[in-house]
Amino acid sequence: MENNKNNFLKTENRFLISFAPHIQKGFSVSKIMYIVVIALLFPAGAAVYFFGYYAIMVIVVSVVVSVLTEFLIKKLRKRKFVMDGSAVVTGLLFALILPPTIPLWMVVIGSIFSIAIAKEAFGGLGYNIFNPALAGRAFLSACFSSKMTTWVMPTYFSFDAVTSATPLSENFSWQADKLSLYKSLLFGNTGGSLGETSALFILIGAIILLAFRLIDWRIPVTYIATVALGSFILGKDVLLQILAGGLMLGAFFMATDYVTSPVTKRGRIIFGIGAGILTIIIRNFGAMPEGVCFSILLMNAFTPLMDKYIKLKPYGFLKEKKN
Amino acid sequence: MNIVIRKKSAFSGQKLPENKFTAHKLIESMPLPEKVIIPLQQNIGAPGQSLVKRGDKVRTGQKIADSKSYVSAPIHSPVSGVVSKNTKIVNPATSSLVEAVVITADNEDEWVSFEQLSDIKNVGEFPKIVKIVDSLSSAEMIKKIREAGVVGLGGATFPTHVKLSPPPDKKIDTLILNGCECEPYITSDHRVLLEYGEKVLAGLYIISRIISPENVYIAIEDNKKDAIDYLNRLILQMNLESNFKIVSLKSRYPMGAEKTLIKTILGREVPIGGLPLDVGTIVNNVATAKAVYEAVVEGRPLIDRVVTVTGAVRNPKNLLVRLGAAIDSLISYCGGIDGSANELIIGGPMMGISTTNINFPVIKGTNCILVKEGRKTVEQNCIKCGRCVQACPMKLMPLMFVRYVKNEVYEGCREYYIDDCIECGACAYVCPSNIPIVGYIKTGKDALSKK
Repeated sequence: MENNKNNFLKTENRFLISFAPHIQKGFSVSKIMYIVVIALLFPAGAAVYFFGYYAIMVIVVSVVVSVLTEFLIKKLRKRKFVMDGSAVVTGLLFALILPPTIPLWMVVIGSIFSIAIAKEAFGGLGYNIFNPALAGRAFLSACFSSKMTTWVMPTYFSFDAVTSATPLSENFSWQADKLSLYKSLLFGNTGGSLGETSALFILIGAIILLAFRLIDWRIPVTYIATVALGSFILGKDVLLQILAGGLMLGAFFMATDYVTSPVTKRGRIIFGIGAGILTIIIRNFGAMPEGVCFSILLMNAFTPLMDKYIKLKPYGFLKEKKN
Repeated sequence: MNIVIRKKSAFSGQKLPENKFTAHKLIESMPLPEKVIIPLQQNIGAPGQSLVKRGDKVRTGQKIADSKSYVSAPIHSPVSGVVSKNTKIVNPATSSLVEAVVITADNEDEWVSFEQLSDIKNVGEFPKIVKIVDSLSSAEMIKKIREAGVVGLGGATFPTHVKLSPPPDKKIDTLILNGCECEPYITSDHRVLLEYGEKVLAGLYIISRIISPENVYIAIEDNKKDAIDYLNRLILQMNLESNFKIVSLKSRYPMGAEKTLIKTILGREVPIGGLPLDVGTIVNNVATAKAVYEAVVEGRPLIDRVVTVTGAVRNPKNLLVRLGAAIDSLISYCGGIDGSANELIIGGPMMGISTTNINFPVIKGTNCILVKEGRKTVEQNCIKCGRCVQACPMKLMPLMFVRYVKNEVYEGCREYYIDDCIECGACAYVCPSNIPIVGYIKTGKDALSKK
């Protein structure tokens, strides 16, 4: 039953021995990963629409470097490389949380960090503590903070970038009425990371994830609800806080990462609320305008604890206690 | 009149591809085997001690093994012939050696004489059976059931006479006849209901006389509508409608597992490490009920059973087989293995045990022989998706068992209630990483029991 060995023993005669059950649903890890990729194509498409050819470059470089890094590290670790699609997901997610003006060489460094350090150094898929894409972004933020906080308004397919503040920053100002602000935020015509700006396209991807039952609604719903409630209490613009920044992408695509989020329903609710509170704190009291990345990473760190101490009451448990 | 109660599932069971190809095939009697191998461990509890030696002549139905232990059941010769040897064979369920008696049949099928009180030829004779059963005491009936070697035929093989003798401090208020047959492919219980319905109901009547419960439910999944309708009719013809209720259940795996069945019908949970009788319930399989009838009324010991032979065989069938017949002979009778199928499973696809020994015999707990193409899946890392947690009918966290067993920290499994696992396989069925979770759980249970 070692890893990457076949699940059956070949015996002298023609018959195989394997553990029950002898049938499977056939919903494999790679199927899950490629459905996530399809869901991510919607925010990725929005990124290309708003930020032009350069967005394509960033996405392609990130995905290719991620897959190559995984391949090389597996060779170094003398493990079998399986094209399970998880590196594609990481590469794609990583590209979508980068600023539109990021130099390509930084994308390369970040992708290598995501896969080599955040994922493979911990043992590969299933063993990583932190979401690899977010860890890569955190690494770049620490190393190249000015490039990582340079935002531009959508350039579409022209090359004239206009620097602007993100809607979450203190310097952000909006001349027109509130309704047009919300419209821009929803559709994505605003400053921000490549895949973060269009809440609408992120939601389309999220519906795909939910329709295939790939993600549990508990994490994104509790996360977003907590941020909404916290913003309301602090007297902030609730809709702006929800739609702007990385919350949507983070709540649906990052916080729901199986490996780095709790396995029980209760744990998932605590994870969502915790990430929401941290996001509120960082956004409102921290030095950075955006807190989604670090709040999810911090909750990732608590996940092993939650998995250990939040246990389910099994069938027949209550009766035993009464007796 | 309709006496069917419909129940919604009380747990999120799996909807499995049913593949019940043999659901409409009449039970065929297999020709008598030329040689039988009788393992002497055919029930949970103590194994039998051989009562015969090489060269002994035996007759059909003659007791050839028994034990003085309470939790045991005697074993009878399924054929008449000569004992050719006392030997040992590997039991694929436990991979351990068990004593076995090999008998060469003489094809005469000469029976021992037994005390036949009556026999149901048609439903009209049922009042006669009732009169006979009512004249017997519970102790007499339990003795007959034990002497006939009746054990739970759903696969668990718990001696029936023990199950029907609950300790006096346990009040049994509910009896459930389990006709769920929730595993894919298997149709033996389904056919028994359709072709031996009177005997099954007579057996259920006997069991209900022994334990005198307040309610008797006949649980059948709604994919066997014909069986539900047929039993409904029989119950009305036999005037049993005030005693027996049919419960139609959704076809969700593992509905037929005792614990989920009790939860679904009664809303009760059997305590961890407990038995159904701890919640006032006794569950019996339909084939067991038939065997109980045969033991008490016909005086006939358990020497044959219905086995579904299915999957990659040319003509899948439901067969009435003498115990001890080799699996090989059943497969040959069904036209042999079709194509390159290379996995031989005793039982169903979810909980059955694969074996390489095509000469292993049919034993009391064998309800199905499934031949199929072996899977060539590769185990990948657990991605903690939680599908196993959602699939588990016992509300356990199967991924934790895998984690602890991989690290050989077996005590950790106890913290997550490994003993509550019924090994239904729902977790491994849904696992996207192809992890043989049940294999890890069995390893963990073994390691803990050795400590």
